Amino acid sequence: MRFEGLQFSGAPDKKRMVPLGDNLMLGLSPMARDPSTPFAIETQEISRRFGSFRAVDRLTLQVRAGAIFALLGPNGSGKTTTIRMLTTLLPPSSGSARVDGHDVVRDPTAVRARIGYVPQMLSADPDLTGYENLSIGAKLYRIPRAERRDRIEQALEFMGIEQPAELVRHYSGGMIRRLEIAQALVSQPRVLFLDEPTAGLDPVARRTLWHHLHELRERWQMTIFLTTHYMEEASELCETVGFLRSGRLVRLGSPEELCRSGSGQRSLEEVFLDIAGEPHPSEGSSYADALRTRKAIRRHG
Amino acid sequence: MAKGLPELLATWDQTAAIAEAELRKLRHDPIELFTRVVQPLLWLLIFGKVMDRIRAIPTGGLPYLDFLAPGILAQSALFISIFYGISAIWERDSGVLTRYLVSPAPRWTLVLGKALGGGVRSLSQAVVIFGLSAALGVQIRWEPGAMLAILAFTLLGSALFSTLSLIVACLVKTRERLMGIGQLLTMPLFFASNAIYPIHLMPGWLSLVSRINPLSYLVDALRTLMLVHSSSTVGLGTDLAVLALTLIALTALAAKLYPRILV
Repeated sequence: MRFEGLQFSGAPDKKRMVPLGDNLMLGLSPMARDPSTPFAIETQEISRRFGSFRAVDRLTLQVRAGAIFALLGPNGSGKTTTIRMLTTLLPPSSGSARVDGHDVVRDPTAVRARIGYVPQMLSADPDLTGYENLSIGAKLYRIPRAERRDRIEQALEFMGIEQPAELVRHYSGGMIRRLEIAQALVSQPRVLFLDEPTAGLDPVARRTLWHHLHELRERWQMTIFLTTHYMEEASELCETVGFLRSGRLVRLGSPEELCRSGSGQRSLEEVFLDIAGEPHPSEGSSYADALRTRKAIRRHG
Repeated sequence: MAKGLPELLATWDQTAAIAEAELRKLRHDPIELFTRVVQPLLWLLIFGKVMDRIRAIPTGGLPYLDFLAPGILAQSALFISIFYGISAIWERDSGVLTRYLVSPAPRWTLVLGKALGGGVRSLSQAVVIFGLSAALGVQIRWEPGAMLAILAFTLLGSALFSTLSLIVACLVKTRERLMGIGQLLTMPLFFASNAIYPIHLMPGWLSLVSRINPLSYLVDALRTLMLVHSSSTVGLGTDLAVLALTLIALTALAAKLYPRILV
């Protein structure tokens, strides 16, 4: 999985980008559906408690290599907590999880070396330039000195970052997001985690990002695990989505399947409202969660 | 920690990367370096000049200003470093720390890199305090070796207090509490040391405290290396060993606590 021979330049090709609907859905990875493809992410009854609060409750989930998977659910339903456990930032209270074949608790360093993570919050340092951000990252991932420059430039070019010498402070929201993904790509991860990657982005920036994610999967069979509140995004990008509510996985399937279920054809948004509206014991989002989302939106907006 | 030389070099690269991020930020916005200079200058010019005149403190034949100058250098390293944990809290809030923590870099390299990056801020103080001391007539030992050693000790000492501050940051998790605890720590560390008066003047219990205070060893080393007529009370080797071992112990502890700052 290399960026070599990359002909792709920053400005996305309009022909490919705009009518995302049909052609890209048809292009969904056959590999990701093939039962012989190994799982890139596998969790077994993974749970996380904060005090008596169960943020994630016995979540069992598999994502095949090369798939784009979205975790959906209301604020506070445990999406971010799940990602933080899978990215080794938060130890699970019970259960286990493997990412690209490595256990997140027993072998966190191996997992870290194989993943990229773009958190909901801003993860590029605003007081450094775009290039510097990538270069610091490249050193942390032990990319050999001789390769660093090429790998950084390829990632910047792939994500269409045109002002790498500028302080990130002066970037637009969409460009910061793309820089953060470029940052995650320098180490050529097998699995990419994105926590609400398009929150606060305008429709053009959002579509540009979708285009890049497709590109990543098609060229390098990268597995992509994301969370989102935009149902349109989930239907455009993913072959499988999971719905979390109060830390539990309540639905799992392709967007088409989920929309078909019940009485006739519904939109994914309607499915979401249905699921979110089902009565459940502990109600939705916390103050901290709301604050975090607002902050993220303010930064990118 | 390390399996042979290649592993050691690789972890050093990771440590250096974090320190480099700090230095690059400082280069993009160096104003902090200038504002930091004011406080030590005031100590030397006002406190130092007055105490020099009243000759109340027995310094073993040294003019008081000479005695004080290395103490103020150590003090400014302490004052800069003890609030350094705020930058880790800032990085936590902004999300930058998340990116570091998902990288395969060993946690101790993240801590040590940050501490060294913080330590470099104190080096500019060393230069300024040196210049001012010379202007005020302090009898400075102008030897390149000694001056390099002063920089090394300043870096070591402030890396140590930066790490202490990172530990506090991991435990208290908010800026406000860190500021409070920082204030709480600086005064005892500063006054229960040999920075502005010799240890032998202190009552028994206080001299005991200052003997386990790492700042005393930093001051002792700086005083020995900076002045013409001064000799170390415990020996430079002891100073180095105490500071280095303390830094290692604090780094190990901070590495353990570092991921907790996120939760």
